[in-house]
Amino acid sequence: MERPFGVAAVAAAALVLTGAAAPAEANVRIITVSGLAFAPPPERLKVGDAVMWVNLDLFEHTATARNGEFDVDLKPGAKVKVVLKQAGTIDYYCRFHPGMTGKLVVVGR
Amino acid sequence: MTWTIPAAALSAALLAGVAFAPSAFAQAGAPTDPQIAHIAYTAGQIDVEAGEQALAKTRNSEVKSFAQEMVRDHQAVNDKALALVKKLGVTPEDNPTSQSLSTAAKAKRAELAKLDGAAFDKAYVANEVAYHKTVNGALSGTLIPDARNGELKALLQTGLKLFTEHQMHAEHLAGELK
Repeated sequence: MERPFGVAAVAAAALVLTGAAAPAEANVRIITVSGLAFAPPPERLKVGDAVMWVNLDLFEHTATARNGEFDVDLKPGAKVKVVLKQAGTIDYYCRFHPGMTGKLVVVGR
Repeated sequence: MTWTIPAAALSAALLAGVAFAPSAFAQAGAPTDPQIAHIAYTAGQIDVEAGEQALAKTRNSEVKSFAQEMVRDHQAVNDKALALVKKLGVTPEDNPTSQSLSTAAKAKRAELAKLDGAAFDKAYVANEVAYHKTVNGALSGTLIPDARNGELKALLQTGLKLFTEHQMHAEHLAGELK
C-alpha cells in the first residue's frame, strides 16, 4: 500500500491540472481472454475500480468468482465490465474451461 | 470399456505416425496436411454429433450445459479449420484414420441411443472423458508434430488446449454423476 501512493498522487495531480476526464466512473482495467487463457491480472486494483473482460477468443467463456461476487458470460467478442465492491482476493475461473483461472487482488481506497 | 474402439483406432494412427515421424517430409506412413486436416475436422464433428445426441436425450441440466459447450466449441474450431483450408487451398483428404473414427463413433452413437436417463448421462460423459483423452494423445503425439503448415499446426495446438479443457470438465462432471 506504500508504493501506489506516489502513483495515485501523481495521477490525481495530473487530473486536477488537465481538468479533463475527471472520472465520474472508476478506473476501468482490461483483462483480455485469448487462446483459452485469461491475461495476467491488472495490478493495484482498488475498491471502486472496474475490470473489463474482453473476449478475443474463438470460444465462449465465463469469468466466475469462486466467492460468488460475479459470474459474467463472455461470448466471443464480448466486453463485460464489473465494478469491484470490496477489498480482498478474488479467485475466478471459466465454468466451461475449468483450467482457465485468474486472481484479482483488490485493496481499499 | 465400451469406448475402446475409437481409442484403438487413434492409437493405431498414433503408432503409425510415430514410427515414421522424425524427418517426416513426405515419408510414407506419416499423415499429410490434407489428411491431418481431415482427421482433426472429423474428430471435432464426431463430438458435435455426440453433443447433439445428448441434447436430444438428457434431462440433466449439467449434462445439457456440457453438451451445449461441446457443440459450440467444436463447431467454432471446425469453422476456423474450414476457413483455414480454404485460405491455404488445401482439400482435406479422407483416410483410414478418419474412416475408423467415423465407424467407431457410429457404433457408439447406436449404443448410447439404447440408454436413457441417468444411465445415458453416465455413459455419455464417460465416453467424453475417454474420447477427449484419446484425441489429445493423437494430437500431441502425431497430428501436431506431423503438421507441416504453421497455421494448421497452430490451430491443432488450440484444438489440443480445448480438448484438454473439455477432458477436465468431463472428468469433473463424471465425478458429480457418480
